[in-house]
Amino acid sequence: MTDQTVRAPQTVTRTPRARAEGEEAYLEVTDLHVQFPTADGKVQAVQGLSYALPLRRTLAIVGESGSGKSVSSMAILGLHDRKSTWISGSIKVGGKEVVGMSEKDLMSYRGADAAMIFQDPQSSLHPFFTIGAQITESYRAHHNVSKRAAKARAVDMLGRVGIPNPSRRVDQYPHEFSGGMRQRAMIAMALVNDPKLLIADEPTTALDVTVQAQILDLIADLQRDFGSAVVFITHDLGVVAEIADDILVMYGGNAVEHGPVEKILGSPLHPYSWGLLESIPAVSGTPGPLHPIPGSPPSLLAMPSGCAFHPRCEFRDRVGGDLCRTLKPELIPRTADQGRTSRCHLKEPDKVFETEVLPRLP
Amino acid sequence: MLFYILRRVISAISVVIVTVVCSFLLFFAAPHDPAGVICGPKCTPERLKDITNSLNLDQPMVEQIGLYFKGIAVGRDYTAGGVTRHCDAPCLGYSYILGVPVTDLLARAVPVTLSIVIGGATIYLIFGVLIGTIAARVRGTTLDKAAVGTSLVIGSVPYFIVALVIALYATFLPRSQYTSFFENPIQWAGGLLAAWLCLGLTNSAQYTRYSRASMIEALGQDFTRTARSKGISERRVVYRHGLRAAMTPVITIFGVDVAYQLVNTIFTERIFQLPGLGTRIINAFNQYDLPVLMGGVIVGATVLVVMNLLVDILYTVLDPRVRLG
Repeated sequence: MTDQTVRAPQTVTRTPRARAEGEEAYLEVTDLHVQFPTADGKVQAVQGLSYALPLRRTLAIVGESGSGKSVSSMAILGLHDRKSTWISGSIKVGGKEVVGMSEKDLMSYRGADAAMIFQDPQSSLHPFFTIGAQITESYRAHHNVSKRAAKARAVDMLGRVGIPNPSRRVDQYPHEFSGGMRQRAMIAMALVNDPKLLIADEPTTALDVTVQAQILDLIADLQRDFGSAVVFITHDLGVVAEIADDILVMYGGNAVEHGPVEKILGSPLHPYSWGLLESIPAVSGTPGPLHPIPGSPPSLLAMPSGCAFHPRCEFRDRVGGDLCRTLKPELIPRTADQGRTSRCHLKEPDKVFETEVLPRLP
Repeated sequence: MLFYILRRVISAISVVIVTVVCSFLLFFAAPHDPAGVICGPKCTPERLKDITNSLNLDQPMVEQIGLYFKGIAVGRDYTAGGVTRHCDAPCLGYSYILGVPVTDLLARAVPVTLSIVIGGATIYLIFGVLIGTIAARVRGTTLDKAAVGTSLVIGSVPYFIVALVIALYATFLPRSQYTSFFENPIQWAGGLLAAWLCLGLTNSAQYTRYSRASMIEALGQDFTRTARSKGISERRVVYRHGLRAAMTPVITIFGVDVAYQLVNTIFTERIFQLPGLGTRIINAFNQYDLPVLMGGVIVGATVLVVMNLLVDILYTVLDPRVRLG
């Protein structure tokens, strides 16, 4: 590790899997747009998002509320209401095109090829059905097996996600589980059909910190066992450092930076990513004031022209010709490193980070 | 659970006892002459004496209440027109105007009311929930708006107008009458059909709105999204996951509502000329038949208390999160 990564606030402690170039993508999102027509106009939740994810890798999607991270992931499972959502672009999962998929195909695809762990297990599990009933329902939706066999599978899965005494717990209701145990049960439910793509939508947000770490370890372990691709949605950079191989930073419905975790946390190239790092409170040393990113996220009804981040960006005046205000930057490599891309007009962003941003970091 | 039910039964009994005491005081300790009122318009001095004696109206109030409870527990004797009649337990008093024990009178009326309410409630629960659920599924469409609009219109029309319209225009229905279910079930259902339709139609409007709101809420919940993400059919998502969650509050309302209907079928009974509880109580009211009124109050209170208890117990079955202890 270089000196620079050691000083970075989020240190990647484990070695992420080497990026095998040319590895075939299991999940491929291309130019995804998701819009919700409302009385006030079109809410442009996702605007031209593209990324790819091979099996056995974890992609962390980070961004503030309203950046489109959850909306884009819901689209991967086809969970948006057809009538009130307008989706274009392409989402390919294991070669299947999800955008525009028929209701019947969606039924056999959801849960089997791709599954989702939701944010709050308290509200995401049905309060009136037992944990076992909810897991077996998932399993029997895709496997033509007897109730007994499905229940044996549920017990087995509960054991695998680390729930003690699974044969007794399987008949209990969600409210009889603690928060962490509920999330484990949720994970068991998502993995019961061996999906090759697992989407975890802020799975640790509703949990306390010690339980968070356990759940992250569990997801990482299970990913190794199942060999699946994982999309991990979060706004917690600590979680990202813990679990991700790649990071996709989203802002205003679009990716602004994409690359391997150690590079993006160690030396990000986009001013918004810099802002994210700066806003992390220091837990050691002299406590200072927090450094929020000035301004607020853009309205999805009226996006700023040009770069969506320009109204909040302190570097916009460095770019000549009012480019930030007028031209939306492309998501392309900005430095010699071709493995990472960012969406910013700023020249030599790596140098700017080193000389101006890094010294300010807590 | 058993302990809870026992505790609830005891508290239910105490509520009924308090009701009995209160209504007794209301009717007999009021600044009027209860004997004279009970005796009625064609009162003779002997009859007045009979009543005063057999109701022990010359005794202290505590004693009178004690005797009343004793009557409920083991029965008591009443003297009327020089003849002493035994009133079997649970004796709720004796109607001097009609010359029958109140318990007998009400016991004949309760099955009528019960039949009206059971049939009507079944209709409005099924129709209301069905239409409400469908409206929630197609929320925002013309069909939804039509369902909501119709339910608003029906809900705003006074109940007795609906009843009158049915009574006057739905002449194809069998003549309204009461036959015991055990005597002839077909005649029972036929004779009550008009009343059922009336009760069912007017109340289903309200249940359409309850169910629709409850269903829309359930379908917007996170667990519905989870259910969808599993790869089960939309029908299963709506009717198994959604409806199961949406029905819990509706059933709770229903339980209390049925109790309310049981003591408020006066309009239905009057219009369709069915000799139920409501009719009896109204008649008693017009004739100042205090013992019957009191009996009615006690029966009504008991029905409400019992239904509330049933709803609470049912709730634990419907919602596993509710723990009794």
